Amino acid sequence: MTMQLSAKNLVCRRGGRTVFSGLSFTVGQGEGLLLEGPNGTGKTSLLRILAGFGALETGSLELDGADDELTIGQRAHYLGHQNALKLALSVEENLSFWADFMGQPATANTIEERLDAFNLGHLMSYSAGLLSAGQKRRLALSRLELVSRPIWLLDEPSVGLDAASCKLLAAAMMRHMEAGGLLIASTHLDLGLTFTKKLNMGDVAERAP
Amino acid sequence: MQAYANPTRFNALALTILPWCVGSTVLLFLVGLYYSLVVAPQDYQQGETVRIMFIHVPAAWMAMATYTVMALASAVAIIWRHPLADVAAKTAAPIGACFTFLALVTGSLWGKPMWGTWWVWDARLTSVFVLFLLYLGYIAIWQAIEEPAKAARLAAIVALVGFVNIPIIKYSVDWWNSLHQPASVFRMDGPAIHSSILIPLLIMALAYTMLFLTLHLIAMRTEIMRRRIHNMEQAEVQG
Amino acid sequence: MSMFWSLIRRDIVLTLRQGGGAGMALGFFITVLVLLPLGIGPDLKFLQRLAPGALWITLLLSVLLSTDRIFAPDYEDGSLELMTMGPMPLELVALAKSVAHWLGTGLPLAILAPGLGVLLNLDALLFGPILLAMVLGSLALSLLACLGAAITVGLRRGGMIISLLILPLYVPVLIFGVSATNAITGVPELFGPSMLILTAISLASLVLAPIAAAAAIRAHMA
Repeated sequence: MTMQLSAKNLVCRRGGRTVFSGLSFTVGQGEGLLLEGPNGTGKTSLLRILAGFGALETGSLELDGADDELTIGQRAHYLGHQNALKLALSVEENLSFWADFMGQPATANTIEERLDAFNLGHLMSYSAGLLSAGQKRRLALSRLELVSRPIWLLDEPSVGLDAASCKLLAAAMMRHMEAGGLLIASTHLDLGLTFTKKLNMGDVAERAP
Repeated sequence: MQAYANPTRFNALALTILPWCVGSTVLLFLVGLYYSLVVAPQDYQQGETVRIMFIHVPAAWMAMATYTVMALASAVAIIWRHPLADVAAKTAAPIGACFTFLALVTGSLWGKPMWGTWWVWDARLTSVFVLFLLYLGYIAIWQAIEEPAKAARLAAIVALVGFVNIPIIKYSVDWWNSLHQPASVFRMDGPAIHSSILIPLLIMALAYTMLFLTLHLIAMRTEIMRRRIHNMEQAEVQG
Repeated sequence: MSMFWSLIRRDIVLTLRQGGGAGMALGFFITVLVLLPLGIGPDLKFLQRLAPGALWITLLLSVLLSTDRIFAPDYEDGSLELMTMGPMPLELVALAKSVAHWLGTGLPLAILAPGLGVLLNLDALLFGPILLAMVLGSLALSLLACLGAAITVGLRRGGMIISLLILPLYVPVLIFGVSATNAITGVPELFGPSMLILTAISLASLVLAPIAAAAAIRAHMA
C-alpha cells in the first residue's frame, strides 16, 4: 500500500489573523511539493502544522496507507530555522543521540557515512561548537538520512549553505524521493531540483478585504 | 459544545442577572452585618473582637471556594476547550486572591487582641497564606504569556496542579503545626457553635457568595469585551 | 528503553560539560550556609537548632536555582520540537529530563548537604536521617522543578515565575523532610511516618508531574 498525505481545506489563524484558508494538496510517495510565495504567506506555519506544532483551525489532514497509529509528526523529519544541535557535544555525539532518541540507533560507521554525504566526515570527533554556520546546517541536514523517516518537512533547508553544499542537499532530497519518500519543502533558492508539485502560498493566503 | 458557549448569549444573560445579583448582595450584606455586628452576642472570652470572625471566616471560605471554581473552569477549558471556561478561570483568580488577602488581614487583626501579636503561624493562617501564593502564581502565568490561547492552556495546568496540591499542603501544614504548637492554643473550631453566632455567619457567607457572583459576572463581561476590542484593533491594524 | 536512557545520558553529559548543574548549585548551597551564621550570629547551640531546617531550605533554593535551564536550552535550539516528534511519549521525555536533573543536581546536593551541615554544627546523630530524607525528597524536588520549567519555558521573566509557582508546592517536602530529620532528637516515632509520607510525595510526583509537564510542553508547541 502506498502512502499519501492529503490536506483538505486547511485554515490557519494566528493571533486573530487568518494566515491561509482553503488550502488543499496531496503528496504521494516519491513526490516533492515545493511551497512558494512571499514572506508571511504561511509556508512556515504550514510546515509546522504538518509536523504537529500549532493547531489547525479547520480542515483535515490525513495520511493514507499508514499501517500504524503514529502521527504525521512521528513519521516526519522537520527541519526549521533551528538546527537542534548541542554545541557542547561532538559532531558524532549530536547525531548518535538523535539516532538513539528516534529509536534507530546508529553505529559510528553509519554516522560517518551520513556525515560524508555532507562533507563533514572528517570533523566527526570535533565539538559542534567549533563549526561554522554552514557546517552546523549541514550537520543538521545529515540527521535526515541517519534516521529513516518517510516524510521530510524542510523549511528553507539551504539557509547558510554555499553552492557546493546546496548541491549535496539537492542530491539528498533527490535520493529521498527516489527511495519513495514524501518531500515538502519551502525554499527561495533554486536548488536545481525538479519538484513534482508546486503550491503558491501567495494565491491561497487570505487577502484583507 | 461551542454553540453553548456563545459569549454574546452569555453577555445578554449576564446583563439580565446582574441587577438581581447586585441587589441581593447589598441586601444580604445589610442583614448579615446588622446581625453579626449588632444582634450577635459578645463572646465571654473575646468580647467584641469576636465579630471579626463574621468578616474573616466567610472570606477564608470564599478563598477556597473561588479556587475550586477556578480549577473546575480550568478543567472544562482544558478538556472541552470551552471558550468561556478560560475567561471564567482567569477572572476568578484576582477575586479569589482578594478574598484570600482579606482573610489574611482580618486574621492578623483578630490575632492582635487574641494572641497579643499581629501574626501567629497558626495552621489555618499558614495554609491560607500558601493558597495566596498559589493565586499569585496563577495570575503571573496569565500576565507572562501574550497569546491568549496558549496562556489559557498553561494557566489551566497551573490551576489544576495547584488544586491537586491544596489538600497535601493543608495536611502537611496541619502536621507541622501540631508538631510545633501545644494543644492549648486557641482553635477556631472549638465546641459546637451556638445558633446566635451560626446564623449571622451563614448569612454573611451567603452575602460573600453573592458578592463573588456579582464581581465574577462583571469581570467576565469585561474580559470578553477586552478580547473583542483586542481582536477589532488587530483586524484594523492588519486590514 | 534505550531512547529513555539516551536522553538521560545526554542531559547528564551536558550538565557535566557545561558546569551548570551540581557544581553551580553546590557553590550556591555553600554560600548560603556561610551567610546564615553571618546573619544570625555564631552561637553554636542556636545554629545547631537551626541546622536541619536551614539545610532543607537551602536545598530547595539550590534546586530551584537550576530549574530554568531544564527545558530552556532545548527550547531555544529547536531540540524540544524534535523531541515531540519522537517515538517516545512526551510524558516519558519529561520523566527522563526530571531523572537527569535529579541525578545531575538534586541527588549530588542531597548526598553532600549533610556533610556541609558541619558548618552549622549539625548534630552528628542527624547525619543518617537527613541524608535519607534528602535523597528521597530531592526526587520530588527535581520532578516538581521540571514541571515548573515546562510551564515557564520560553517566557520572559520565567525564572521569577518558576519560584512563585514551585516554592509553594515544595512546602510538603520541606515539612516532612524536616520532620523526618528532627525525629531522632525529638520524637523518634515520627521518623517512620514522615519518611513514608515523603516517599508517597515522591512517588505521586513521579507519576503526576511528568503528565502535567508534558501537557505544558504541548501547550507551548501549539
